[in-house]
Amino acid sequence: MIDVLAAPVPASIQDVGRPGYRHLGVPLAGALDREWLALANALVGNPAQAAGLEMRLMGPRLQAVKETTFALAGEFSAVIADATGSRRSASSWRSHTLHAGETLDLSVVKGGIGYLAVRGGFDVPQVLGSRSTYARASMGGFEGRAIATGDRLNICRRGSETAPSLQLPQAPPLDPGPIRVLAGPQRDYFTDAAWNALVSNEYTVTREADRMGLRLDGPLLEHDPALGADIVSDAVTPGAIQVPGDGRPIVLLADCQTVGGYPKIATVIHADLRRLGHLLPGQKLRFTAVTIDEAIAARHSAAHALAASVGGILPVAAEFNLDALYGANLIDGVINAGTAY
Amino acid sequence: MPRLLALGDGALTLEFGDRIDAGLNAQVMATRDALAAQHLVGISDVVPTWRSLTVHFDPLQLDRDRLAACLMQSADAPLQESSLTTRWQIPIVFGGEFGPDLGAVASATGRNEDAIIAAICDLELRVFLIGFLPGFPYLGELPEWLHLPRLKTPRAAVPANSLAIAGAQAAIYPWVSPGGWHLLGRTPVRLFDLADAARPALFAPGDSLRFTSVSGAEYTRLAAAVAAGEMASSAWRTS
Repeated sequence: MIDVLAAPVPASIQDVGRPGYRHLGVPLAGALDREWLALANALVGNPAQAAGLEMRLMGPRLQAVKETTFALAGEFSAVIADATGSRRSASSWRSHTLHAGETLDLSVVKGGIGYLAVRGGFDVPQVLGSRSTYARASMGGFEGRAIATGDRLNICRRGSETAPSLQLPQAPPLDPGPIRVLAGPQRDYFTDAAWNALVSNEYTVTREADRMGLRLDGPLLEHDPALGADIVSDAVTPGAIQVPGDGRPIVLLADCQTVGGYPKIATVIHADLRRLGHLLPGQKLRFTAVTIDEAIAARHSAAHALAASVGGILPVAAEFNLDALYGANLIDGVINAGTAY
Repeated sequence: MPRLLALGDGALTLEFGDRIDAGLNAQVMATRDALAAQHLVGISDVVPTWRSLTVHFDPLQLDRDRLAACLMQSADAPLQESSLTTRWQIPIVFGGEFGPDLGAVASATGRNEDAIIAAICDLELRVFLIGFLPGFPYLGELPEWLHLPRLKTPRAAVPANSLAIAGAQAAIYPWVSPGGWHLLGRTPVRLFDLADAARPALFAPGDSLRFTSVSGAEYTRLAAAVAAGEMASSAWRTS
């Protein structure tokens, strides 16, 4: 069990999402970056389906009620403190032990998004097959909402409570290139000028950004005047770029509705979907068009890369030396992640 | 001929048309059933709408070209009259604070409020799709004289359980949500209930709905009974 001592910014329990219910209007939901959640889970010996905590901007301050093994994916300034006030930092991409009574302060989440996995996974009820939080319908997660000060989070039991310390030899890099898109189902509702504007200009994430979607600022995308900006609703999906009448694109994310009435000019490919979860208001992004074959090949590569990362997780044998090695690798990761946006 | 459209690399949309049309919807549902009979592995969600069928799938498990071929083949399936229609009688308290746009709808259509209520309760509406929000039913089709454009400025928060109309469609909002439709009234009925894991959404495509007008006092009594768990959803079923 873990107590939430403070939660200044909404952080929610997420897993791989809730497929199979979109015909009932139930969104997919789930972690915005499933690869990072999968890595955090692997570092504590969990299956990829286990539920972790998704954090943005500022993470919570937590206290272990019982000894807990945890791992962080992402860039944090994470500090563990014991009852005597002695403090030690907790680096990402490896497992740590939080002893009973110790606190974990995740106050700064750098780089947009981060995940906390605990050995066993967070124990909240499965709702329609998933523990993911979908707050609009008070579904899943901790009582259907973001965690808050005073909550006590239960953890699923694992066979052995203590596990060997594990680490990822190298922080996984984020692709720094433009976000790859396919032409959308209503590409023909837009002028060629609009399409060219989308794939050749820089766009900026506005303050209207949450788990449902990101509204972007940039060159307006003009609809074909003969067809207009309204369609009879059809299905949407995370990554779809819909454009209302004002010409300002909205990229949909994990909690997006299941159908929508705006034309969709493009769809972000699956392999790049996770990168959208890292974007914060004010950050800039570019799009580039790819073919369906390239999109599926990228999906293959991403799946292989994740499997290779998980396969490359090693026990922390010689703590001292590996920490030094780990530090060097983390710097690589920072450079890669830093040039991404 | 229906058109196949890519919704990213993980979904294919088969589009039968671009209109609100019961005939198109019948083709959509027949295609859905024919596809389901093929038991393809790698499909996560199948989403029918008024005019299109979208299949969410994993192209690493199910070859995209194979799925495309199966979808086109399923679209040739003969239309079938659904014999298992569930009929519902849904109580609504019209007007006042529960339906703040009833007066405006009356003036826009040149009738009085009672005539609007009578006309709505006289309709037999069909559920054409569930979408947008969990359990949100799109109902059709309204008579032409009731077709109104959406509000110019959408409301930031439509109260849960509001009955609303726009264009040829009616809907009930199961959750508080932004919305641009005209609010006519409110129902005490719970439209989405996780306690009913087998059927969390009350309505399904093909269901048929009628509305009955109830007083504010009756609405309050029914809403309290629903909240207390004393009203099973079957109470609203007529067949």
